[in-house]
Amino acid sequence: MPTPKAKKQKNMRSSGRTAPELIFGNLWNFDPAPETADPKVKATYDLFIDGKWTQAKSKKRFDSINPANEKKIAEIALAGPLDVNLAYLAAGRAQKSWARTPGKERAKYLYRIARLLQDRAREFAVAETLDGGKPIKESRDFDIPMAAAHFFYHAGWADKLQYVAAGKTLEPLGVVGQVIPWNFPLLMLAWKLAPALATGNCVVIKPAETTSITALKFAEILQDAGLPPGVVNIVTGAGETGSAVIAHSLAAKVAFTGSTEVGKKIMRSLAGTDKKMTLELGGKAANIIFEDASLDQAVEGIVNGIFFNQGHVCCAGSRLLVQESVAELVISKLRTRIRMLKVGDPMDKNTDIGAINSLSQLTKIKRLVASGIKEGAKLYQPECVLPKQGYYFRPTLFTGVTQSHRVAREEIFGPVLSVLTFRTVDEAIEKANNTVYGLSAGVWTDKGARILKMAAELKAGVVWANTFNKFDPSSPFGGYKESGFGREGGRQGLLDYANLV
Amino acid sequence: MKRLLITKTPKVYVGGAFIRSESGRVFAMKDADGNFFANIPQCTRKDLRNAVEAAAKAGPSWAKRTPYNRGQIIYRLAEMIEARSLELAEAITLGSTKKSLVTAARNEVAASVDRLVYYAGWADKLEQVLGNVNPVAAPYFNFTMTEPMGIVGLIASQEASLLGLISLIAPAIVAGNTVVASASELNPYPAVVLGEMLATSDLPGGVVNLLTGFHRELVPTFATHAHLRAVIAEATADERKTLALGAAETVKRIHTFKAEDNINWYSDSFESVYRIQDTLEYKTVWHPIGA
Amino acid sequence: MSAPLAPKALKRLFDKIGTVDAVGIEERVLKYGTRSIKTDSKLWGLRCAVSMVDLTTLEGKDTPGKVASLCQKAIEPHEFSDTPKVAAVCVYPSMVKHARKYLGVSPVKIASVATAFPSGQAPLKTRLAEVRYAVAQGADEVDMVINRGAFLSGEYALVQDEIAAVVQACGKSALKVILEVSELETYDSIRAASCLAMQVIREGDFIKTSTGKTGLNATLGNNQVMLEAIRDHYLATGVAIGMKPAGGIRSAKQSLQFLTAVKETLGDRWLTNKRYRFGASSLLNDLVRQIEKQRTGAYQAPYAFSEAAESY
Repeated sequence: MPTPKAKKQKNMRSSGRTAPELIFGNLWNFDPAPETADPKVKATYDLFIDGKWTQAKSKKRFDSINPANEKKIAEIALAGPLDVNLAYLAAGRAQKSWARTPGKERAKYLYRIARLLQDRAREFAVAETLDGGKPIKESRDFDIPMAAAHFFYHAGWADKLQYVAAGKTLEPLGVVGQVIPWNFPLLMLAWKLAPALATGNCVVIKPAETTSITALKFAEILQDAGLPPGVVNIVTGAGETGSAVIAHSLAAKVAFTGSTEVGKKIMRSLAGTDKKMTLELGGKAANIIFEDASLDQAVEGIVNGIFFNQGHVCCAGSRLLVQESVAELVISKLRTRIRMLKVGDPMDKNTDIGAINSLSQLTKIKRLVASGIKEGAKLYQPECVLPKQGYYFRPTLFTGVTQSHRVAREEIFGPVLSVLTFRTVDEAIEKANNTVYGLSAGVWTDKGARILKMAAELKAGVVWANTFNKFDPSSPFGGYKESGFGREGGRQGLLDYANLV
Repeated sequence: MKRLLITKTPKVYVGGAFIRSESGRVFAMKDADGNFFANIPQCTRKDLRNAVEAAAKAGPSWAKRTPYNRGQIIYRLAEMIEARSLELAEAITLGSTKKSLVTAARNEVAASVDRLVYYAGWADKLEQVLGNVNPVAAPYFNFTMTEPMGIVGLIASQEASLLGLISLIAPAIVAGNTVVASASELNPYPAVVLGEMLATSDLPGGVVNLLTGFHRELVPTFATHAHLRAVIAEATADERKTLALGAAETVKRIHTFKAEDNINWYSDSFESVYRIQDTLEYKTVWHPIGA
Repeated sequence: MSAPLAPKALKRLFDKIGTVDAVGIEERVLKYGTRSIKTDSKLWGLRCAVSMVDLTTLEGKDTPGKVASLCQKAIEPHEFSDTPKVAAVCVYPSMVKHARKYLGVSPVKIASVATAFPSGQAPLKTRLAEVRYAVAQGADEVDMVINRGAFLSGEYALVQDEIAAVVQACGKSALKVILEVSELETYDSIRAASCLAMQVIREGDFIKTSTGKTGLNATLGNNQVMLEAIRDHYLATGVAIGMKPAGGIRSAKQSLQFLTAVKETLGDRWLTNKRYRFGASSLLNDLVRQIEKQRTGAYQAPYAFSEAAESY
């Protein structure tokens, strides 16, 4: 049965018309939709030690910059070793009674914190975006609600610790030092604090120097919740402050999320001590697309996997492995989809890709992208106008990448996707596992048995099958190999904050 | 005339074969009375490297066996040891620098057999205790399961030459890891005899690789060998630091027991699913629920 | 995708056209809801949506009088502003001649349901006769229903042949193929049915979600599945098929989300009533009401607008 369409196609070919193309033009441009809620950020912040705002003995301050426009937001106290020591002493004083506080009561504090955070969710979302450059859509719909969810989830564990590990119960470790990254500032704080507090530990926590504000605002919530002084102490500063937090003799355990490079330094610095450690480090996740996958959803997953939070995600699906038979199709769908992404003012509710967190990160991304070009990978970036001020980078697609390209091996931590191809299941597994990292992996296929095989073979702490970049307080997260050790979230995450007795 | 005995040349069990040290070196072992007993292979970092290769070769198929099968194989090993328990007890007394009581040695063998049986039983249960389904707040089926880390380095107790060794091997292999173990250097002979029993058990070659030699020579390589994903060790303070420093290079998992604590290897704490957990990774898998 | 596609097994069909992950597509469309459409872009979207409405009455109690007021509303959705005319009125075949009379020379098109709407459970001959009748009465567009029974029992060739027969019967009138998504149930089936239909219809014809007569009608999810099918068909063949979600779209806000889906899936060329329609009745007044709000700055009461159903 000849169809009208078949005829048309013939005509199209004979007349030499170019292939049909979709037009994504300016017919219906969305007007700016800035979020206008007040982030209630103070001009200066001191350290939060022993339940009080405390001036830094270092007498130093540093600026927090809005990466979207390079303007100063606030001045923040720089904690030196003396300040960190005071924080630990406060935590040490609080430890015994906090550990002795019945689980039911500890739970109530965590529930309160969750609720107070929900109350002020919009304010915190705006502050997070202001300070870190992530799209308001993400801080509003993901970071803040998920942070509150973590406190909610862990609150309920505080009085059920005898059910965490069969045959054992959990006892607190003592004082825990925590150093968190800038990519999900408040959420990482929640990931660290909630399990530590639920299990009866006290904490000295240091947010990243480029994103301290929501942590400091969170101190207000701790005060409002009436959390006993010293249970949580927040010290701000850069690497030196972090080293002091890691090194302090009162720390029974340190928990770190950040680069593998720094993680290794921490491991070396703690050699010879009895401190426990959990490290959540870098990644170079493979996202594997089989030819039978639901391709449009796979493309959506690829986009979520690499462009979520400007690609500042340790588990980002930065290596796309596509089966050769559909590679061309997937890449073309991907290009089309990327053109829909709005890059620009993070405070605009329609922005999909906001500002790169800092100038130094932008420089690193540019350097690695330049290496990709130099090594012969083919670059694709959609045309989009970037704001003149601030740190921005276009969503970037590298095709023709091989396993040995730097962009396929090194963590870029930016909106840069490297596309590789494979032919067979075994080849996909080999390529996916051909890395020192092992944080996460993605697999897309319509075949159930293959999903389970891939899930078993991929050497990664989290495997997303037919989805990517999904998180939940009840779902343990953490890596294999050089992506670190220990888990955060879920029942297993509690094990890293307690002694089993 | 009294018949001259044929003495055994002690060899270590690596990759399913009995080998001597690649270096050709040996160290003399004396019995409790100070008489020469045998030359024990003085394994070096190259032997360790070769053992890791053997463990890597055996790993994937060992991990893929059904838990039921692994459990049976470890139980079979217990059978082998039980059947030859006198020989092993003798190996403990013979090689010991201390005047050990025969009954103590027999107790150690018995405890070792029981320990193997204990862990054999975990093979097809540990996942039910350690793993679980996670009730995420979205339409996804989400579960956390365990996986063996891969090749695990073991540095065994100096004192409890058999029980200390078995107590590290059993929890590591039950979940599908393969191991490279450094035996007690004070009394390496039970490890040599254990190798012979391993060879006659159903355990595939390469799953357990035993090295004899000096810890001070081997510990730095255990620490830095990138292919060893974890090291479980009874270690002195210096050794612990060496292990921790080396581990940093490749973010290796280290679990140590302090040698100076005079560890009681008979303790119940060495019979625990959490000892198995030390050699496992948790993997979490997400999948959408939709038609 | 050039050969007619009617394999015996759905599996083979999916091998060709691919499957849809239900959770994935629903997450995709949630993002349309987060687009914030303000000021001028909102006004443009609202006016665009008005111009895409197939103003519909499909009831047993329809009369020439009801059709007359519908046509008046179609030509002039709001008596005090320059709101665009709707795309079409959509009526039963027996009402076409009345609509023709009331619409006069207006550019508003007349769409007629046919083919034993909504069930389609009549002999093909009868269904085709109904199509020819509607066209003869002056219908510019015919909204047909597919044979869901045949589809669900795996007779894809039959489904496709019947659609092809309706295309013939339509002559110069445009065709909209109603899949009745709620009866197909899964996104996979919706995609398959879309592809089956598109193989035999013409540029300017439409695929349409539903009759509005079952529990579940147009959703952002099934709209998205169909838009993606249209996109794939267009990129493979160059034939641009239109899309009509129908039923369940009652608020202006919803319609803007559907339009955002069009904008981000098919692009500018589908932001026209030649290629996108809303099958709706109460939607029109909410659009007009929001346009008035944009114009005057004041929130409007629903009963101030003609043909409003709300009286409280």
